[in-house]
Amino acid sequence: MSVMKRVTLIFRSKANKALDRMEDPRETLDYSYQTQLELLQKVRRGVADVATSRKRVELQMNQLEQSSTKLDKQARDALSAGREDLAREALSRKSGVQGQLTDLQTQYTSLQGEEEKLTAASQRLQAKVDAFRTKKETIKATYTAAEAQTRINEAFTGISEEMGDVGMAIQRAEDKTEQMRARAGAIDELMASGALDDVVSGPRDDIQAELDRMGTSQDVDGELARMKAELAQGSAPRELEGSAGPAGAEQAEAPATAAQPADRQQAGEGQ
Amino acid sequence: MIVRILGEGQLEVDDSAVAELNALDSQLEAAADRNDEAAFAAALETLLSRVRALGRPLEDAALEPSELILPQDGATMADVRKLLTDDGLIPG
Repeated sequence: MSVMKRVTLIFRSKANKALDRMEDPRETLDYSYQTQLELLQKVRRGVADVATSRKRVELQMNQLEQSSTKLDKQARDALSAGREDLAREALSRKSGVQGQLTDLQTQYTSLQGEEEKLTAASQRLQAKVDAFRTKKETIKATYTAAEAQTRINEAFTGISEEMGDVGMAIQRAEDKTEQMRARAGAIDELMASGALDDVVSGPRDDIQAELDRMGTSQDVDGELARMKAELAQGSAPRELEGSAGPAGAEQAEAPATAAQPADRQQAGEGQ
Repeated sequence: MIVRILGEGQLEVDDSAVAELNALDSQLEAAADRNDEAAFAAALETLLSRVRALGRPLEDAALEPSELILPQDGATMADVRKLLTDDGLIPG
């Protein structure tokens, strides 16, 4: 038999079994309404749970993002200080962080989707519960128990299908949130153990410590290089003016003056 | 005809679409019989997107039962099998 029809039958039979259990059809209405209100509470809690979980993932993604930026900067610093070994270590950690980030991004998108679906389900259920309450009062006021049967069956089957659907949606969201919690917990542990570079744990950061140690001499070297570059630039405009000049003597002199700063610069770079 | 996509709500689909939906449903069934997860996923995706394209969402306050109920988007064969066992996924 077809998939659609089998799924439909399963839902129908659940509703029918519930209806059969009721002695007085009108009792069914009140009982069902209570169950609907409970489910409404549950789906709202579900939405809140998924949102909390999503925010936690968001927070971790921000931390990993910062961690990645920091490791990238460390790699650059290490490389400009001639420490390729340190740069390699920083980049390899960065790649681990990026892997975690990609993974979290997927989970985040999935949680977001779950949150949207559950929010929409909660709104649908609310509208149906309100409609059911109105219908229930009308049925109770207008019809005798026997007359009410058909109308009750219709309303009950309609809402019970919705409740089954929402119940499963809550279950799926709970499963995803549970998986997410486990994953988030694992990443927190990794960060706490120092295996994943945590931005907050500055002092434990061995790469940064090594870079800081080299930092002082590096600063002096950097300052020197900047000054040399500035001096070289300062003499550059003169050579441009020289070559643009119309006088023959100046033109002849120009190549010599132009060569001088270039030599100086090359010597500076060699140091 | 009212069709429910689990997790998405109910849609009103014109009765003239029944033949097309039945054909797509048969593909879904065939994929399940062959135990072909990829074909099952593809067939379900096609079936659901056809229903979404052909149907108009029912108003939220409607209390009518659906004539057809379709598994949720992304449901695997295992999900559907669990759904079909008597004390399976459906609460209540």
